[in-house]
Amino acid sequence: MPFTTGEKAESPAEAASAPAPAEGAPGLVARLKDNDLVASFLASKMTMVAAVVTVVLVAAALFAPWIAPTDPFDPAKVDLLDSHLPPRWVEGGEARFLLGTDDQGRDLFSAVLYGLRVSLLIGALGVAFAAAIGITLGLVAGYVGGRVDAVIMRIADVQLTFPAILIALLVDGVVHALLKGASREDTAFGVLVLSIGLSFWVQYARTIRGSTLVEKNKDYIQAARLVGLSPVLIMMRHVLPNVVGPVLVILTINLGLAVITEATLSFLGVGLPPTQPSLGTLIRIGQQFLFSGEWWIVAFPGVTLAGLVLAVNLLGDWLRDALNPKLR
Amino acid sequence: MMVRPFRRFLAAAAMGLALTAAGAEAKTFRFAFQGDYKSLDPYTLNESFTNGLHKAVYEGLVRRGPKLEIEPALAERWEVSEDGLRWRFYLRRGVKFHGGEDFTADDVIFSAQRVRTQGSNFLPIVPKDAKVVKVDDHTVDFLLTAPDAMLIAEWDNWPMMSKKWAEANNAVAPTPQAAETPSYAALNENGTGPFVVVSHQPGVKTVWRPNPNWWDSPRHNLTEVVFTPIGSDATRVAALLSGEVDWIDPVPLQDIQRVNASGIAEVMQGPELRTIFLGFDQNRDELRGASVKGRNPFKDARVRKAFYQAVDIAAIRDKVMRGLATPAALMISPLLFDRAGEFKRFPYDPEAAKKLLAEAGYPNGFEVVMDCPNDRYVNDERICQAVVGMLARIGVKVSLNAQPKAKYFAKAGQTGGYDTSFYLLGWTPSTLDSLNVLTQIMGCRDEKGNGGLTNYGNYCNPKVEALIGKIRAETDKKKRDDLIAEAYRVALVEDVGYIPLHQQALVWGVAKTVKLVQRADNQLILSWIRKE
Amino acid sequence: MIAFIIRRLIQSIGVLLAVALIAFTMFRFVGDPVNQMVGVETSAAEREQIRKSLGLDDPVVVQFGRYVAKAASLDFGISYQFRQPVTKLLAERMPATLELALVSSAFALAVGIAMGVYTALRRNGWLAQVFQAVSLVGVSLPTFLTGILLIYVFSVLLGWLPSFGRGDVVAVGSWWTTGLLTWTGLRALILPAITLGLFQMTLIMRLVRAEMLEVLRTDYIKFARARGLSQRAIHFGHALKNTLVPVITIAGLQLGSVIAFAIITETVFQWPGMGILFLQAVQNVDIPIMAAYLLFIAFLFVVINLVVDLLYAAVDPRLKSTVTAS
Repeated sequence: MPFTTGEKAESPAEAASAPAPAEGAPGLVARLKDNDLVASFLASKMTMVAAVVTVVLVAAALFAPWIAPTDPFDPAKVDLLDSHLPPRWVEGGEARFLLGTDDQGRDLFSAVLYGLRVSLLIGALGVAFAAAIGITLGLVAGYVGGRVDAVIMRIADVQLTFPAILIALLVDGVVHALLKGASREDTAFGVLVLSIGLSFWVQYARTIRGSTLVEKNKDYIQAARLVGLSPVLIMMRHVLPNVVGPVLVILTINLGLAVITEATLSFLGVGLPPTQPSLGTLIRIGQQFLFSGEWWIVAFPGVTLAGLVLAVNLLGDWLRDALNPKLR
Repeated sequence: MMVRPFRRFLAAAAMGLALTAAGAEAKTFRFAFQGDYKSLDPYTLNESFTNGLHKAVYEGLVRRGPKLEIEPALAERWEVSEDGLRWRFYLRRGVKFHGGEDFTADDVIFSAQRVRTQGSNFLPIVPKDAKVVKVDDHTVDFLLTAPDAMLIAEWDNWPMMSKKWAEANNAVAPTPQAAETPSYAALNENGTGPFVVVSHQPGVKTVWRPNPNWWDSPRHNLTEVVFTPIGSDATRVAALLSGEVDWIDPVPLQDIQRVNASGIAEVMQGPELRTIFLGFDQNRDELRGASVKGRNPFKDARVRKAFYQAVDIAAIRDKVMRGLATPAALMISPLLFDRAGEFKRFPYDPEAAKKLLAEAGYPNGFEVVMDCPNDRYVNDERICQAVVGMLARIGVKVSLNAQPKAKYFAKAGQTGGYDTSFYLLGWTPSTLDSLNVLTQIMGCRDEKGNGGLTNYGNYCNPKVEALIGKIRAETDKKKRDDLIAEAYRVALVEDVGYIPLHQQALVWGVAKTVKLVQRADNQLILSWIRKE
Repeated sequence: MIAFIIRRLIQSIGVLLAVALIAFTMFRFVGDPVNQMVGVETSAAEREQIRKSLGLDDPVVVQFGRYVAKAASLDFGISYQFRQPVTKLLAERMPATLELALVSSAFALAVGIAMGVYTALRRNGWLAQVFQAVSLVGVSLPTFLTGILLIYVFSVLLGWLPSFGRGDVVAVGSWWTTGLLTWTGLRALILPAITLGLFQMTLIMRLVRAEMLEVLRTDYIKFARARGLSQRAIHFGHALKNTLVPVITIAGLQLGSVIAFAIITETVFQWPGMGILFLQAVQNVDIPIMAAYLLFIAFLFVVINLVVDLLYAAVDPRLKSTVTAS
């Protein structure tokens, strides 16, 4: 179950087409003005639904502390005696707990909101970290070329041999060997962001490198160089804007992958601890109650996670299609 | 290993039809446990379930019955000298190892030596300084330097191995001398017991067939036994519910009702001897990772008592353990100590706990890291999580560090330099006696673990030490029990050295077609299984 | 061309050495190997002796050299947990994992291509939309949950398929075992293969759809239409054929990560493969197994990449010229 959808970029057809938008096509902003994006957005009901779902979930995550009736991360506010209560509308449910409670007596509604917040935060930070590494290395590789390029791309090859879960298991092992005595509560978050960052960057690097190779031989770049602009400035100002589109697509799709990866890792024991649950941790805990009929403990985090990933993926699809002139 | 060559498979498939027609006799018992059966070498891992499996092929001088009563096995009888220093064992005649070797006194001497060499996980099972002497081929003396009434208490788990076989196969020590050579005894067996191993692929599958030459009359009616580890709880339950296996352990507590309602299997439950408890670091002058600097709050008995009274044991029993736990006041099961009933837990009282904390100088509590295994005991992680919540209410902020058992033991245990401040652990005295608890858990230790090896937090009181010495020498049961009770009173009531939580229940899932015995030490004895 | 092959070979060996270095560093520095091997009551002198016998006193470079030399002859040491040679353990488990990975890839290809073609041809049909949405739902849940749900439905509720293990296997040759030749083995494969293949399937479906849509717009297809070829011939004879090369390439390239991802599927279904062995090794800090497994995954990846590159170089004249030019 590869988490590297980005491998797609390796298909010769796509590899050829990926830098295409950069070639003389107007930038993203210009295209927005063209209203094509908006038009295609309005044309697809699925995309609109996905956008609404995404906005609602992100807002819920952002405002979780104000929406959630209780703070599930505060153990003092959780009462074990409230555990295993079904949702409010099911027989035995209590009005206090809209979606019921989990095995520790946490309000599941609050736990899902906070879990969503944690999952999104890890996903966003991890993906941002990956993009930062990938964009930097891609620019450098493409712009400098030669041996530097070869080294960076070989590192990318090595990295590709390690899927996210392997990296996370390794990072986790190393972190715990280095920080002897550190509690999982303190390290899990960093381990996850680091692992996601380290496993997702290759795609950005490859895309950026390709575009940079195309751009750097253009006349205006040569001119800028002659004028004496620093390479960093040239890259930032001229190369980067031209590859925003593909990067945006990768970012969106990677966010969904990152959230799923985090969930998977919690099953393998390197996720967040149950005292600070992400959606993945909630699902790992909840699946133990699947056979016993306490379905709500896994169902609500599961549905939330699936909804989030699905919506984000659909948005990514739409972005990809909308930004690919060939498909219009 | 577990694979038949293809040709033989075809032949077997052809015969299969004939067999099923005539073969109402074929009775295969399939079972699944959450952990692996790693090594066939019976001296390398002292763990209840594994010890039970070893008994399919290996036997000791003595064994324990369904009620854990000691019975003669490879020794027909034994006698102890007046001074208690000489134990003489008369060996059973005519017993043969699976490889055909006769079982003799030499094998006992060899086994006594092997179990005390490097790599053995059972070092104390025969005292270090005890001499084992051959009287004749079927008589052996164990010469002790001090009387030890509990000498054979653990011997149920000390099986006899063949000297000739071990010497011929470079298996004289549990760990081969050069650490780089594989262990022969880990993959091959040569016992005297009721079954022989047909194939063993560690972590995948183990298959046994009955030993037709067993000296004892078998109580089982099986023709084949197949073991598979199934780590995932849900999958293990599914395997039982779909009839793919006849026995699983453990059944997750929340799935008991479902198993019982399934119609094809039911849950067999009973008290387990293991006590689950919480321990404190009372050794370091400053706790690692705690907010209090320059001193160790756990050195103050009031803090320990505050923690004790903050734990709502009834809620843990009802909600986390679903009623399947017996709250404990002692560090030993009441089944193993007649006077356990005299002890009562400190009552759950968060207000009193807060007051105690304030008296000790922590009115606003403090922060501390708690270590907890998450795949060792029934709902261990959930118990810890619940404890974290309860302590939060008296102002103590606990950061929970729950890990797989291998990592937990490597950190909190002796190999990790006892790197823990506050931890959850379970303990079954292997001798089924309090002395083991007192020495292992409550006896002082040094930094290397000499003394109370499993006393992670080094609870240490000279009064208890003195009592341990007296208990060891005392042979009169009444007087001995008095001393034990006094030691527990000092350690648990006066000092609050530990917080005993409960004895968890054994929860086996058993197919309705199977009759078996559930021993309180959680060992599945294959030779007692009957299948319809 | 030959220069290209040689260069790629050297690069591949470089990648393997890098992974070996990572693996070795783990072996050496994460946790003391001696601690893992001996009991708690081993004296300092004995530990020192074992340390010497393992060569842990030599300079790190020498140790790495020795590790690489041994690894090259397939000697990865002894597992701490099982006290058996790692090579033997991995070899025993390898058929199970490879079989699962191949079957799930085949499943993903077959179903993915079929659904991809359908959704491309009926781009706006409601069934196509449903396919697309459903395939996305499948990958929007973590694998372990999908697996457990499948077990619940097909093993517990319906009782159709086994919930764990590999069924009966037969030996083929000296070390390979297969479950493909027995009824129980085949039944046991179904649920794990679907669980593992689901993500791939979605990926392939989406890829086929995208490629088909692009190809269908090309002049080449327009010509074919103009020539009056039947829809069927156009769709399957030309469009699909053109999309298959990249699709199969990607499926091949993904094989390495499918095998790595089998860790989760194997854990849920207690599938006796390398993945579950690796995960247990991680939990038990059994470093020789971890290191060997990482090297194996890297090796597989490198080989597949090399083969794909060479095939492309052989097939694509443009690539050939750029290769020789650079």
